[in-house]
Amino acid sequence: MTQASRAMTPNQDADTLLEVRNLSLDFGSPKGRIHALRDISLTVPKGRIVGVVGESGSGKSTLAYAIIRLLAENALITQGEIFLDGQDLLRLTPRQMRDIRGQRMSMIFQDPMTSLNRVLTVGDHMIDIQYRDSAPKEEKRRRAIEALGRVGIPDPESRIRNYPHQFSGGMRQRICIAMAMLVEPALLLADEPTTALDATMEVQIIDLLQRLQNELGCSILFVSHHLGTVAELCDDVVVMYAGEVVERGSVRDIFHKPGHPYTQALLQCDPGRIREKTRRLPTIPGNVPNLLNRVPKGCIFKTRCPYVFDRCHEEHPPQYDVATGRIDTEAAHTARCHLRDPAEESRDIEEGHLMKGGNEEESRS
Amino acid sequence: MSALLEVENLKVRFRSMGMLRALATRTSDPYIDAVCDVSFQVRPGETLGLVGESGSGKSTIARTLMGLNPAHSGSIRFDGQELSGLSQRAYKPYRRDMAMMFQDPVGSLSPRLTVRSLITEPFQVHGIRDRNVDAEAKRLLEMVGLSEDFAQRFPHQLSGGQARRVGVARALALDPRLIIADEPTAGLDVSVQGEVINLLARLQEELGIGMLVITHNLNVVRHISDEMAVMYLGRFVEKGPTEEVFHRPRHPYTEVLLSANPEPDPDARLERIEARGDVPSLMQRPQACEFHTRCPKAREYCSQVDPEVTTAEEGHTFRCHFPVNTPEGHDTGSRADGTGRSFRPG
Repeated sequence: MTQASRAMTPNQDADTLLEVRNLSLDFGSPKGRIHALRDISLTVPKGRIVGVVGESGSGKSTLAYAIIRLLAENALITQGEIFLDGQDLLRLTPRQMRDIRGQRMSMIFQDPMTSLNRVLTVGDHMIDIQYRDSAPKEEKRRRAIEALGRVGIPDPESRIRNYPHQFSGGMRQRICIAMAMLVEPALLLADEPTTALDATMEVQIIDLLQRLQNELGCSILFVSHHLGTVAELCDDVVVMYAGEVVERGSVRDIFHKPGHPYTQALLQCDPGRIREKTRRLPTIPGNVPNLLNRVPKGCIFKTRCPYVFDRCHEEHPPQYDVATGRIDTEAAHTARCHLRDPAEESRDIEEGHLMKGGNEEESRS
Repeated sequence: MSALLEVENLKVRFRSMGMLRALATRTSDPYIDAVCDVSFQVRPGETLGLVGESGSGKSTIARTLMGLNPAHSGSIRFDGQELSGLSQRAYKPYRRDMAMMFQDPVGSLSPRLTVRSLITEPFQVHGIRDRNVDAEAKRLLEMVGLSEDFAQRFPHQLSGGQARRVGVARALALDPRLIIADEPTAGLDVSVQGEVINLLARLQEELGIGMLVITHNLNVVRHISDEMAVMYLGRFVEKGPTEEVFHRPRHPYTEVLLSANPEPDPDARLERIEARGDVPSLMQRPQACEFHTRCPKAREYCSQVDPEVTTAEEGHTFRCHFPVNTPEGHDTGSRADGTGRSFRPG
């Protein structure tokens, strides 16, 4: 499909809540431009949980911040559109955008310690977030108490008078979730909400998000580098590498039939999937490419890919439909890898022999 | 082989309020017990993993071993020498033999020093002047798999994994016999996690160092440690050979921790064994068994009588009245399938 035919009107599909189309974003720096996101397209259907996975520096958080438009000042969106319910968010004035934030869309941040204001009580936070509502303060307070109870804070009537430091990390993240959900958003952006928490808290937060999503029917864009939580929570998964979407599909497609070598490597590296005790864990040798002032020619993963061949150096892979091998950006499961092209079928590579253990030596930069 | 580090009945307390406040509130015991009755050994060439949630006292143990916190009671013996109660000055020579890797890879490096200065700083601290600093820097960088040109970089120019390697190099500078690694993989990506674990495993094989690894990541403990101990509110609730603890956890808390480990497989939906609520505050330590407030299998008895340390097999101990996965099979809990998880039938 050509660029021109896609960039016409917003998607008419009634099931789509959020659609990001061909989004590219640069960060300005004293040394030049960093091409942090390139040609990102993804959709979040109504009532579904979409996971965004990738290593640090892959641009997954930048993507979330771009959607809610809370980017740093040196960020510049160079192309693309972000449609929420058919409305292009990138064309809105800051004022119109403010009306959407904390109303149609809200966000949970990574660190629950710093995302709450330490000189305000939890009640102040929760009443403030309802500032658009004309209801009397007592009513807002009642709603806040109810929301705290719903996320599992014991004794919410008295705890609402407490300050953030009087809560543990898991409780603070629950408060952040209660705040984000209080406005009943259509879309919740969750930026690594469990990374700062212990494993037992992590599963409780995952269960809570799942339950609230069921009750409120909202959509969630869940950004995480933890494959286990993504497998557990999400319906669809987008895999990002060095500012690009390399693979996209349903959670089962991604975890059972990964179509991109990067996804395969990422899954193999997860010590949670290695059942046998071993002292040599697999790694992905090499480093993420430098995106300052230039984007490497060809495939973005070529420097670290074990299957790399001449075509990868020359031609940037389009999105292949993993099932048919056709170039199809709309397919349910797509991967940006030339190996998915039927013309390359002769290169039948045994999967599973991807990353040998113990290559820690070669991984120096 | 005789133990390199032997810790017996270690107890660490912190003062939680001033004298006046204690008098005013009639608190007879204004202390909190961060570590309670902990005993373990680390042998040369072996690794002990300490796991537990935040606030369980893992890092306090590490800091106490290094002499950064005073121990309240109990003994710490390194190579047969008693360390607890030593003055800071008397402790210093032992810190040559015991190296610590701190938790935050970038935060534990001074932003104003180059990598070269950082990894050779231990020589200055310990007054070792007869070494060629450049040659040592080169040797250490090579050991941790970084190229020589890293010597001139500053910490902000390093990635998380590289900063971690510098931390390892710094710990290795004085040829220690014991390394205490506090969360060596926290905050690193899965691909880099593997690198750091492989590096530690290789160094241990080559140099025969004993290691104490503190982490809350069970996947890491499983691959890196020979023996593991599970901590809850400052106490060891279970300790044993790693494989044994993973295959047949006896303490319900260990079972909870093992099942709170989301599997990277969408079809492995688990029947999760969950602990209720939050970790209680150390200020209000629960009576008798500390875990009874959250335990899925707690009975009234648990809140009345202190559990004793029980031995399951050789070297595998736990503190629980109603252990799970017992060989007699009067386990009220779930079936173990080899990983401590129980699957929903059908």
